[in-house]
Amino acid sequence: MLSLLISQCQTISSNTSISLLRSLPSPMAILPPTSLSGHPLSSSSSLSPLKTPTILGFRLKFRETQETRFSLFTSFKSNPAFGLMASKEPVAVGPTTKCGNSKMETEVGVENGCATFDEMKHRFLSFKKWKFMENLEHFQNLANGQAPKFMVIACADSRVCPSTVLGFQPGEAFIVRNVANMVPPCESGPSETNAALEFAVNSLQVENILVIGHSRCGGIRALMSMQDEANSSSFIQNWVLVGKTARLNTKSAAHNLSFDDQCRHCEKESVNCSLLNLLTYPWIEEKVKKGALSLHGGYYDFIDCTFEKWTLDYEGSSLEESDKFALRNQSLWC
Amino acid sequence: MAKQYTEDLISGLKKDLRDKEERDDNAVERIKNGFIRFKTCKFDKCPKYFQELAEGQHPKFLVFACSDSRVSPSHVLDFQPGEAFMVRNIANLVPPFDQLRYTGVGAAIEYAVSSLQVENILVIGHSRCGGIERLMSFPENGSAPFDFIDDWMKIALPAKLKIKAEHSCLSSEEQNALCEREAVNLSLVNLLSYPYVQKAVADQTLALRGGYYDFVKGSFELWQLNTELSPPIIIP
Repeated sequence: MLSLLISQCQTISSNTSISLLRSLPSPMAILPPTSLSGHPLSSSSSLSPLKTPTILGFRLKFRETQETRFSLFTSFKSNPAFGLMASKEPVAVGPTTKCGNSKMETEVGVENGCATFDEMKHRFLSFKKWKFMENLEHFQNLANGQAPKFMVIACADSRVCPSTVLGFQPGEAFIVRNVANMVPPCESGPSETNAALEFAVNSLQVENILVIGHSRCGGIRALMSMQDEANSSSFIQNWVLVGKTARLNTKSAAHNLSFDDQCRHCEKESVNCSLLNLLTYPWIEEKVKKGALSLHGGYYDFIDCTFEKWTLDYEGSSLEESDKFALRNQSLWC
Repeated sequence: MAKQYTEDLISGLKKDLRDKEERDDNAVERIKNGFIRFKTCKFDKCPKYFQELAEGQHPKFLVFACSDSRVSPSHVLDFQPGEAFMVRNIANLVPPFDQLRYTGVGAAIEYAVSSLQVENILVIGHSRCGGIERLMSFPENGSAPFDFIDDWMKIALPAKLKIKAEHSCLSSEEQNALCEREAVNLSLVNLLSYPYVQKAVADQTLALRGGYYDFVKGSFELWQLNTELSPPIIIP
């Protein structure tokens, strides 16, 4: 019988000093500890919202990670008929829940079993000390409600987080991240992206939507590499088809360029297609028409660290007659 | 009088346009300053690191977090460029495997697990989640449906039903807080409905973790989903 266990719940909090909680044994099987250690960029107190941002030399101390073998706590074998059965015991999770199986605790080798948990704990405590507690009033106000001026749609790529690249601080931007930063049109029906749009535009009433593309996007590459028909069993191919207009435009405008350059062209073209798709939502178009909402495109090139930014000029576009749109306030930051 | 009215109208429209342009300029200035700070304080200081990153990403984490402006994992858990492939959506939900309806999330999981071969999937819930609040109170609160939000939040319906059944005596705020955590667990279980996740978990190359950021108390909870096979009962 297979059962699911929610285990090893730790609550991380600090009092007046950063105290290290005793690690609980991890029942993870043979897997080297995931190491986040010694990250050259790790500095938790930069870009505090209310102070002149500086990078402190604050470096987190990490335990040495070793190649460690964990003893298996059960005779778990890979089973082709891997299936799930609901655990008979209710799985209760809360701040005070202990490990559900004491037998598991005693059998597991501790070693560096909780390296991943420890890393995250250190980072959270640093965030709490250097940002949260330093700006307590601001965070308390935020806890009562958010009023971001931006909604950002960015790629899930690990290199392009808008909080990092554009320095958005807590409370400033409602952020959606998906593969290849795509916005499906209204007629494609409900999806996670347009649920977020509905919330940001109608509830939070953001003033700006910024769609950010980036260099070397795997999703766009997949779009450009596809045959005309998507492989029905591939999620990626079926999802990036949202950008099929961008692919068509690119093939027609840039067919003489290398494949890499075509991908680059498509990365920007896809942002513009997403901006036009935003206007297929009547409640978005209405706000844009009234001047209550602005739609911006962006392109982050992490090869030479530049950022291009432009704004959709709704009044200057002739969208009813054609798909031609005008842009304004184009700039390149480098 | 009509002339005065027209003049007032025109001057009002001109003011609206100026306000909008000023807002746009302020917004642009804000993100420009943010980018310049990132470039000078991080990118230019570690050129070799970013050069390697430009060649390819090898994140160890796939993170699901809410789109809420207050809970960016890059702040709360200090994820640096290259560390976490990050999906952000309303209420940090992972729907069950469905190739027709949820291609967006499916694409992210397929890419992260099959191509990038991440070692951890971390789903982070948080306090005062607007999506969960909407789920828990609709339609009893009598509000009109939100077409897309309500459809998306249906994914977490099992979590809502469980909390309402087991904790009916608690206040709505307490129920919401429990549902925020329960929805994380539901998402962890839903992850196992993706074949490549199932395989990686069975091969012990992937760990499924849940998290909860409480920005009211300033605390963070972390836990793990384990699967185990109990010893067989032999029936002679």
